[in-house]
Amino acid sequence: MKIKLYLVGVSAAFIFASLAKADDGYDAPDGWPSPIVEHNQGTAQFDRLEYSIPENGKDAMVWDFQGWYGSDVNRMYVKSEGENIQGDGEDAEFESLELLYSRLIADFWELQGGVGYQGGVFSDDHEERTYGVVGLQGVMPYEIETDVALQVSDEGDVSASFEGEYDFRLTQRLYVQPRTEIAVAANEAKEFGVGEGLNSVRAGLRIGYEVTRRFAPYVGAYWEKEYGETADLTRANGDRTEGTGVVAGARLIF
Amino acid sequence: MARSPAVSRPFSRRQVLKGGAALGLGSAAALGLSPAWANPWGRSARSTTYSYESEEGPNVSLSIRRESLPVAGQEARPITINGTSPGPLIRLKEGQDAVLRVTNLLEESTSIHWHGMILPPGMDGVPGISFAGIAPGETFTYRFPVQQNGTYWYHSHSGLQEQLGHAGPLIIDAAEPEPFRYDREHVLLLTDWTFENPASVFRNLKTMEGFYNFQERTVADFFADVRDKGFSQTAEMRSMWSKMRMSSRDIADVTGSTYSYLLNGHSPEENWNALFKTGERVRLRVINGSAMSYFDVRIPGLKMTVVAADGQPVQPVPVDEFRIGVAETYDVLVSPEDDQAYTIFAESMDRSGYARATLAPREGMQAEIPKRRQIADRGMEGMAAGAMGGMKGMDHSGMSRDDMEGMDHSNMSGGDMEGMDHGSGDGMAKEKAKMRENGMLVAGEAQSGSRYGEAGIGIDPDERRVLVYRDLKAFTPWPDRRGPGRELELHLTGNMERYMWSFDGKKFSEVNGPIHFEKDERLRLILINDTMMEHPIHLHGMWMELENGQGELIPRKHTLNVKPGERVSALITADAEGSWAFHCHLLYHMEAGMFRVVQVS
Repeated sequence: MKIKLYLVGVSAAFIFASLAKADDGYDAPDGWPSPIVEHNQGTAQFDRLEYSIPENGKDAMVWDFQGWYGSDVNRMYVKSEGENIQGDGEDAEFESLELLYSRLIADFWELQGGVGYQGGVFSDDHEERTYGVVGLQGVMPYEIETDVALQVSDEGDVSASFEGEYDFRLTQRLYVQPRTEIAVAANEAKEFGVGEGLNSVRAGLRIGYEVTRRFAPYVGAYWEKEYGETADLTRANGDRTEGTGVVAGARLIF
Repeated sequence: MARSPAVSRPFSRRQVLKGGAALGLGSAAALGLSPAWANPWGRSARSTTYSYESEEGPNVSLSIRRESLPVAGQEARPITINGTSPGPLIRLKEGQDAVLRVTNLLEESTSIHWHGMILPPGMDGVPGISFAGIAPGETFTYRFPVQQNGTYWYHSHSGLQEQLGHAGPLIIDAAEPEPFRYDREHVLLLTDWTFENPASVFRNLKTMEGFYNFQERTVADFFADVRDKGFSQTAEMRSMWSKMRMSSRDIADVTGSTYSYLLNGHSPEENWNALFKTGERVRLRVINGSAMSYFDVRIPGLKMTVVAADGQPVQPVPVDEFRIGVAETYDVLVSPEDDQAYTIFAESMDRSGYARATLAPREGMQAEIPKRRQIADRGMEGMAAGAMGGMKGMDHSGMSRDDMEGMDHSNMSGGDMEGMDHGSGDGMAKEKAKMRENGMLVAGEAQSGSRYGEAGIGIDPDERRVLVYRDLKAFTPWPDRRGPGRELELHLTGNMERYMWSFDGKKFSEVNGPIHFEKDERLRLILINDTMMEHPIHLHGMWMELENGQGELIPRKHTLNVKPGERVSALITADAEGSWAFHCHLLYHMEAGMFRVVQVS
């Protein structure tokens, strides 16, 4: 919690610093406005808000959200991914809920750092942990949207994740979006079903239609597979380590 | 008749006689709430009084309001000036002492900048540089001697107000006869209107790249290119753009997907009429008062003779089409011989829409509307700018032998020379002759890396005769015959992904201090476009003499269009003491930080 407060403080300071920056030092009388005033901007979006139907197991409502507010260089992000498995009698779970300070370090790249929470949304139905996170978000050459992050939990568990997606235009409004997520861990965290080494790979393909730039319903399919110790833990629970599913949802931008 | 209050003055007898038949058709209602000067009969050069409404100098009063008016047939809330949007035509005379009283009836501060006017710094109308702005309820009186003539315009310099229609034409009648004659004149003011809040437009640009671009490349374009150019070339080109994380279709940031392109406040469907009598020579004063849109203007069936650029006379250039950058003005003469209608067609540079009017002998006529061209893909020149960022934007790959003339190789390293086609050694000798002893290019010569022979993206020079910057030639040399005492180089820079725009990589909020011009010095301003977009660069308070290779007869302008990857230069006489704005005239580029203060002291 201390870390969180510290980060909020630091990032707030950055944002205010960027606001208060002196204007071009020409000699204008006091009381004159600046000819150009920069304003902070912000946006929020559900990159995925979807109903997922796996070939085995229970359906789930899944979200992948991120929002930011700030200047061109300094921003605060809130990111969250999670799901609510339907009919399991449990509350929705944050796979991640992160508050990040983000700084533009190159034309296409932001360095991000902050704190995260994993656990139940409203209840303690799920195991909880907090973690610190450092990441790099941006666009790789060939226009691949990328988010890589390194997490260190309050128990000292170290893990990392990679997400990449690409929008491929069929028409001005119809797009195909391949995406992949890869998770690895440096050490085991049994209660979260995480083993050492490569944890899982997930690959999906979504076909969406931009009704507007802010609303694009889509359908898609995914394949996922767990590896190594993670797979062993899953097998021990009697669950499958490889599966496919279909999804239907929408990309929403506010 | 549904006309705005400002138009309520009864018609003069002359007007009724002239326009009687036309007005009798009831089509005047179609004029709606157009600015009063958008009278179809324009102004006869022979008449001693104006045949149509304008705010005539030297004393003019203007009231700025926000009110409900239809735009393009839909309910809208533009900013109006004396009840119209765009605002009234203001007509001054060279030699007058103009007194313009501007009353702000908005709920926010406002301003009017007299674009292209040479005037005292306190009268330039830029809040924060010239004055404090005009607070709500206040009246500010602009007073300045009118020392020039020609076609200009005026607009708000406060925030994004210009996007709401806070702009209008400013015409200055010459004290002495102009170097061309005409029988009738029409003002053609091009604007881009959106029903969105301009702040939302800016947010969309800031938060989502390509928000307004519905002409992106798709799979179909890829296969079409494979058919035309073969697989390997297509794949190579696509891979280069993709690697750079840029869109070759990024021609306009804001497009016809939100804009209605207006001509004298009228949409293409409303079809504003400009009337003529057969055999007359008609002067068209074309002003690009858009926030963000470049236009390609043509009148199929008529040759246009360009006689002035940015209000300043140029030697006549007959053309079929001309590109007009944001904030530029061109005066053209046309001589319709036949009793027929002609379409005035102003196609946006990205081909996402057009503005249209009809030039006809009678009201209510129309001619065929040309088909819009396909959006072009940016090619190597934009690529060079993007990939070579810091390399002084030199791209010689697309240069013709002509472009090689007057090239400055003195500052080039060996690396820059690679891959260059120098043509004959003869050319090199010729270039040397154009260097002065101090290593600077002779005044008036074109910089290497300039493309004054090209109109720009999306123009096929073989299709028709299109105006290019190299065509612009003054009648007589400008008063200051000195060569430049120094060179000042500025890069036009940006980050498209973040919609950050700047000079030399620094937004206005990041620079320390103004650009300094020594009072009365003669300097050369070199602009190097490191981005892959066009930028219309505007200097307040002083002329820029565009070094387009015309030697002593280079034209002078208030706004220079700099194409992607291009390196252009202008000579400036820093005779206007004070602080002046210097910026990209794409409204949202300026708002994003592509703005500097120039201080002359």
